[in-house]
Amino acid sequence: MSDQQNQPIIECVDMNKWFDEFHVLKDINLKIKEGEKIVICGPSGSGKSTLIRCLNRLESHQNGTIKVDGITLNDNLKNLQNVRKEVGMVFQHFNLFPHLSILENLTLAPQWVKKQPKEEAEAFAMKLLERVAIADQAHKYPGQLSGGQQQRVAIARSLCMQPKIMLFDEPTSALDPEMVKEVLDVMVDLAKEGMTMLCVTHEMGFAKQVADRVIFMDDGQIVEEAEPETFFSNPRHPRSQEFLAQILH
Amino acid sequence: MEGLARWMKKNLFSTPLNSAVSLVLIGVLFQALGPLFDWLFLKATWEGTAQTCRHGEGACLVFIKEKFIFILFGFYPREHLWRPILSIILFVSMSFYSRKPERWTRRTLWRWLKLCLLIVFLMKGGFFGFEEVSIDKWGGLPLTLMLSFIGLVFSYPIGILLALGRTGHLPFVKAISVGYIELIRGVPMISLLFMASVMFPLFLPEGIVLPKLLRAQTAIIMFMSAYMAEVVRGGLSAVGKGQYEAADALGLNYWQKMLKIILPQALKIVIPPTVNTAIGMFKDTSLVVIIALSDLLMTTKTSLKDPKWLGFSVEAYLFVSLIYFIFCFSMSRYSRQLEEEFHYGGRL
Repeated sequence: MSDQQNQPIIECVDMNKWFDEFHVLKDINLKIKEGEKIVICGPSGSGKSTLIRCLNRLESHQNGTIKVDGITLNDNLKNLQNVRKEVGMVFQHFNLFPHLSILENLTLAPQWVKKQPKEEAEAFAMKLLERVAIADQAHKYPGQLSGGQQQRVAIARSLCMQPKIMLFDEPTSALDPEMVKEVLDVMVDLAKEGMTMLCVTHEMGFAKQVADRVIFMDDGQIVEEAEPETFFSNPRHPRSQEFLAQILH
Repeated sequence: MEGLARWMKKNLFSTPLNSAVSLVLIGVLFQALGPLFDWLFLKATWEGTAQTCRHGEGACLVFIKEKFIFILFGFYPREHLWRPILSIILFVSMSFYSRKPERWTRRTLWRWLKLCLLIVFLMKGGFFGFEEVSIDKWGGLPLTLMLSFIGLVFSYPIGILLALGRTGHLPFVKAISVGYIELIRGVPMISLLFMASVMFPLFLPEGIVLPKLLRAQTAIIMFMSAYMAEVVRGGLSAVGKGQYEAADALGLNYWQKMLKIILPQALKIVIPPTVNTAIGMFKDTSLVVIIALSDLLMTTKTSLKDPKWLGFSVEAYLFVSLIYFIFCFSMSRYSRQLEEEFHYGGRL
């Protein structure tokens, strides 16, 4: 029991990735324990999105290993499906399915991937929609909702699969400023419930509030890893200092 | 009337330039359409014989009256004409019934299957005291409708599969799809029809003779599939990458992703080019004349060869154009309606 809890739920060892000639991720070593909340930040093009996209294999890595919940990510499709059942993802541009109603967006995967009966999937979906405070919009289409609402639906959609890990890829950067808070609030709630979360974001307030660790990436490498207080008040690496100086002003 | 005046003032005569352009165009229209109207209606010969027609100045509508049934139904025995007529009525009514997407259910599909069997039975006969009518005698409008409808019904799903094959990651399937599409698109339909009528029989085992109609139908399906595939491929690449990723991230497998997420969006996007292809193919079925199937255009040509009625080709072709136009225009209107039906509130 205790042994299992000490096992990291995500483990990357010497992971490298290239886009053709371009070396995007360089020797990534990362261990994340169950229930940990990680915020990944860094300048654009530093490989932070690519890193979390490797964790559910939307991108494939070229060498090194990635283990998620004990499953090694490789070309094996069965493994891949199993990992994707455990890992939810929220995208910058929401990527809701525009031809399906909000409720159908949520119930599709549970019904088809987990083979849940329709009623059960819908009941659970409605519970989640209530939690993100959009239950009254369940029968609308994504195009009729505001950006903030859409992103909350997207979070609920991922949660419908009851994942162990949630990946957030800049979830608030495509939102109008007044909608950022409603999405962050949902994420904070989720964090409080003990979800393992990896979040690429520049919302430093959020990082300070929930993150156990902040990972700073630059040029495809993890440059600095620290607790948020340490990272924000006393960054060690010159590139972290430079980055923080830029975004905090 | 007042509304019309206001509309005209607003849209046709709002500025001096606009008024001038409107007047010129109206003049041109009258110049062009006046004589046509005269020829087609006022000076037309409505009663009489070929002789009366030759003395008249206008269109010979007697010819159309005389050849109407032959152009529409070809050599189908006159005493059984009610069978193709009923078939067409059933077919058109069922198409009209199925126009609404909410009626696209399994039940409707079953009804279509039953209807198709019924139509074949009606047209062919040979059971329950219905006299058999050989397939060579089928002709005219029923034949044209059948070639295009069956062509569409088969080529659409085949086209989708080819498009998926072409965009997919399986190298062998991809190579076959690309090869097929490029090969078929690279040759004219006429040559494909010739091949179908001359070469298919060589490949088939001895003793099996496919009727010419079936061979032509196969060629049409093969041809149409390649075009549909390219139309669908356009739709597949128009669906955003994020949709594919969201489906992947949720753990949907390839077929679930395609059937539930990507295709519904892709096919909707390509409704206009799909209907465009369907209309093109509807008219292209007339190429079967070259292998001597008597479709609508062939029956028209044949009726022109009647020695008693030589020289009325303008009337004949106008008439057959009208029939083609009615069907093509309906398809085009239907495409507009479908686009509106599938419009889901706003866009992402």
